[in-house]
Amino acid sequence: MWLYGLTVDMLQPLLSLRHAFNYFSTTSSPSADDSIQVTFFDEKDGSETTVAVPLGENLLEAAHNNEIDLEGACEGSLACSTCHVIVQDPDLYAKLPEPDDDENDMLDLAYGLTETSRLGCQVLATKELDGMKVRIPSATRNFAVDGYVPKPH
Amino acid sequence: MLFRSGRKLGDTATLGALLCSFVTKRSESTLKVCVVGSGPAGFYTTAQILKQLGSTARVDILDRLPTPFGLVRSGVAPDHPDTKNVINQYTQIGLDSRVSYFGNVTVGTDVQLSRLRRLYHAVVLAYGAESNIQLKVPGEDLHGVYSARQFVWWYNAHPDHRNLPIDLSKIRRVAIFGMGNVALDCARVLLQPPPRLGTTDIAEHALRQLRDSAVERVDIIGRRGPVQASFTAKELRELLKLEGVRVVVDPDQLRVTETDEVEMKASRAKRRIFDIMKSSLDASSNTSGRQLHLHFLRTLKGIQGDEQGAVSSLQLERNELRTAADGSQRPAGTGEMEHLPADLVLGSIGYRCNPLEGAPFDERRGIIPNRGGRVLQAGSSEPDPGLYVAGWVKRGPTGIIGTNLTDAQETVAAILQDAQSLSAPADDAPSLQQVLQESGVQAVSGAYDSSLVHNLQQKDRCPQP
Ligand SMILES: Cc1cc2nc3c(=O)[nH]c(=O)nc-3n(C[C@H](O)[C@H](O)[C@H](O)COP(=O)(O)OP(=O)(O)OC[C@H]3O[C@@H](n4cnc5c(N)ncnc54)[C@H](O)[C@@H]3O)c2cc1C
Ligand code: FES
Repeated sequence: MWLYGLTVDMLQPLLSLRHAFNYFSTTSSPSADDSIQVTFFDEKDGSETTVAVPLGENLLEAAHNNEIDLEGACEGSLACSTCHVIVQDPDLYAKLPEPDDDENDMLDLAYGLTETSRLGCQVLATKELDGMKVRIPSATRNFAVDGYVPKPH
Repeated sequence: MLFRSGRKLGDTATLGALLCSFVTKRSESTLKVCVVGSGPAGFYTTAQILKQLGSTARVDILDRLPTPFGLVRSGVAPDHPDTKNVINQYTQIGLDSRVSYFGNVTVGTDVQLSRLRRLYHAVVLAYGAESNIQLKVPGEDLHGVYSARQFVWWYNAHPDHRNLPIDLSKIRRVAIFGMGNVALDCARVLLQPPPRLGTTDIAEHALRQLRDSAVERVDIIGRRGPVQASFTAKELRELLKLEGVRVVVDPDQLRVTETDEVEMKASRAKRRIFDIMKSSLDASSNTSGRQLHLHFLRTLKGIQGDEQGAVSSLQLERNELRTAADGSQRPAGTGEMEHLPADLVLGSIGYRCNPLEGAPFDERRGIIPNRGGRVLQAGSSEPDPGLYVAGWVKRGPTGIIGTNLTDAQETVAAILQDAQSLSAPADDAPSLQQVLQESGVQAVSGAYDSSLVHNLQQKDRCPQP
């Protein structure tokens, strides 16, 4: 379907709504027994989103299930490093099982590697990670669509 | 399974559909963008444009091949199917209604860049680096000397080189010059047991040859030392684990200099790669089977041939590392020469972009000169409004698939910043389809439909155009 008749101005109310939604911390359903709370901080647009992650689910799946912009080029098969996240709290990082050789091999290629970097698709939600905050590193900052008003023809 | 961008685009479309029912007034305020090249850079650029511009985006993707995905299909090794999963994400982008794909259209031949620029607000060049650095030694034109790029395109069935005159049943020794991942990919394809490749999407003709292959030994040769090798840990580990292959490195060549130590301290990746190499020395007890030799600190001086004009051996000079004024280490010849027999030689010392008429070209760096994705006017530091670059043609042939995402984000940010001042195509400007039809170009065109996707999943994936 071609949305030929629309201008950005017409979309503006909805787009900015979405933007605001992203921008402020949003919290999805409270942590049940079988899930934990994880906060994703997206460096690209400064948004922070807290979501409930079912135990056993990995952070890439959690991000995708909650509209969080975390790339997963190889679909979680440990062949890309685009799902790189940085665990903000070193103590929580220490609680994670150590990354294996394969994960370290891919991490070596990740943009902005830190001491507490992990691949999102390899981090599984467990009880002791409840309240964890991870940062999605970015080389560029997002340009919101708000800035662009197309020139009339 | 739908992936992030796929779903997000879907959301934007639903959002738009909702609005559509309220909107009665028609206006033509779309931003029309042409993306030249359908590799990672082309698709990530398209995804960013769709994401940032929502319903006002319109993207035509052009590729000189009938089928999309660039080096993800024709470069990435057949035994790395997981790396190619990203094709699913690109397919979702291609299926978006705001996107059209035109395959089999070579920009510069079938349609000129200057013509394209009049049809769109912006043209993004993302046509990769489809040439290579020459070995520049006597004997380079002997029969049996190829670039790794040609060899990779041969086993991946790229139309340009699927017919490379290689006969592996007559080749016992292969020498690969260059110490990067592409060299390691070639070695792995040549040395691993063919049944393991039988389950991959390797070209049929290559698989047939590999089954009959006489290759006993592969030598990989680099000018610099082990700490400066540019392959990654994953690829090295894979080579070392190859079934029935003995890996040989002269322990003398693994001695490190003080500057090497400093380099390793500064890079976790280098440190880990070196450790893997060292530990492989003790582990390789395998004495039978095929052999892989790594040679560091050797410069190729010449290639010798037999009476029939086919390659027979290499002449190498031993190097030592000297620390230059800027602190970096450079290989310097010691005058000591060696000979190495070889029946096939692959040069794997780097890719290079081809120039395109209508765009400036930096001969020294082999890329299109740009600032943050904005192409600069020839011989000037001023941007040429409406012309952009992404991927290898922008930054040179380095990085992994994901690097092109960051790259595309930067380029699209520049387009959005400039959008106000970009000149729109004339009201009566024809569509690309019309232009191609008028000049008799048989494009694989229109919407990026499921038959095309089906086509991609076929085994010999690059049909002859
Ligand atoms: C052998 C090899 C193996 C690799 N393996 C991996 C890997 O395992 N993992 C990884 O992360 N990265 C890998 N890479 C790197 C990765 O492929 C690149 O980073 C990426 O493909 C670059 O993207 P690009 O879009 O700039 O170029 P390309 O992928 O080369 O795409 C360029 C496209 O432009 C088209 N084109 C060229 N000229 C024209 C023209 N005149 N008109 C129209 N279209 C044109 C081409 O047909 C092609 O489809 C590998 C690279 C090589 C060479
Ligand atoms: S998605 Fe590729 S490594 Fe995690």
